[in-house]
Amino acid sequence: MFFAIPFKTHAQCKNFAKKICRLELSPYIHDGNYNAAILTEGEDAELFKTFYAGQQYRIAVCGSETLTKIEFMVMDVDRKVLYSNAKNNFATTWDFKVENTQQLIILVKVPVTSPKDEELKSGCVAIMFGLKTD
Amino acid sequence: MITGYKKLLIFTVAILVAVGIVSCKCNRQSDEVMNLSPDEIKTDSSLVSSIESVKQIFYSLPSPLETAMILKRSGATYNEELLNSIDNASRYNTTKSMALNLGIYSTDLSYASLFDQTQATIKYMTVSKKMAEGLGILNAIDNSVIQKLEENINNREVILETISETFLNTNSILEEDDRVAVGSVILVGGWIEGLYIATSLVGDISKVDNEMVDRIIDQKLSLQTVLNLLKQSISNADVKELYNDMLELEKVYNDVKISVSNVEVVQDGKSKVATLRSKNATSISPDAFNKLKTKVKELRTKYTA
Repeated sequence: MFFAIPFKTHAQCKNFAKKICRLELSPYIHDGNYNAAILTEGEDAELFKTFYAGQQYRIAVCGSETLTKIEFMVMDVDRKVLYSNAKNNFATTWDFKVENTQQLIILVKVPVTSPKDEELKSGCVAIMFGLKTD
Repeated sequence: MITGYKKLLIFTVAILVAVGIVSCKCNRQSDEVMNLSPDEIKTDSSLVSSIESVKQIFYSLPSPLETAMILKRSGATYNEELLNSIDNASRYNTTKSMALNLGIYSTDLSYASLFDQTQATIKYMTVSKKMAEGLGILNAIDNSVIQKLEENINNREVILETISETFLNTNSILEEDDRVAVGSVILVGGWIEGLYIATSLVGDISKVDNEMVDRIIDQKLSLQTVLNLLKQSISNADVKELYNDMLELEKVYNDVKISVSNVEVVQDGKSKVATLRSKNATSISPDAFNKLKTKVKELRTKYTA
């Protein structure tokens, strides 16, 4: 029983990323990488990636239905915030291109929305990248 | 002698204590994060760097599909002779060799597909399936995938979507099975193949000033991601060996210079696509390029042997 629960949540996370979050990338093509984890309200995750000049990208950051909203920020290597979806009505996607190849950091946070006397909610959070084709 | 009831009691208490410890840690992390609003973070970048309670860190390498797209955009031509022959597949019997070559064949597959080389695409998908099965990643690439490719030979969009889906299946199955180390080796194999194809396509850099050389230089940035990714599974012997190879590559890349200026965001209201503007200064001497090309070839030969 103790081992069945994590396996089940992993499988749910995989299905969520594949069947729900991936659709947010359309019409961009998903790069094929899998970046997803179970996060609890108040927790955060960071992703480090190099983005290449000439390529147009779409970032999609999605949370499964137990999590009402997910915040994400795109930062440069000095951790200067370049984009925050909190300033954009918690949009789940952001389209961008880089003039020169850049290393960027995607910071994802699950805000606490549960009342203080209630248990914190957990759910799957996926960070996916779409590539624009010609 | 401890009775069954006592054993159960001790076990229950132990579980409650363990759950209590984990809960305390989660709550403390929550409080730290709750004190920071997005506005506060935006106005004080040093505050952002003080966040130490990151639950999960991902190091994302360019996937084989992205690598192939970068190659094509930077003016690469298609040269099938550069690809790892599918006849070599029978040599790969260890986890490390199968994982590395699943990555290598995946990049070859993506490269072929972007140049509309349908027969090569199907051939490389078939050999990738063989590697995946050898690694016990069952169902990541099934016969319906090959059939879908065959039925859509003139539809590049469907072909790319199908390839993307097989990569996602492979990566997510490995994550689910707690085989992150194998996933990392696959990604590094794919990345090295991209670098091998790119460096092989550039003859004499003193005679060219092209995007391909720029993208090869840019891989110095991804190399740091490679090292961080591998470091996460360094207790694995295969990963450790690969990590040491990458340190050798890093030594060669030390002669390649990249400096990045302040990044600014320009939002295009019409297309809704933001542009990140910066001025990068890069340089590579012909000698450094030749050393890099030789090192990449040496590593790729080692991995495909």
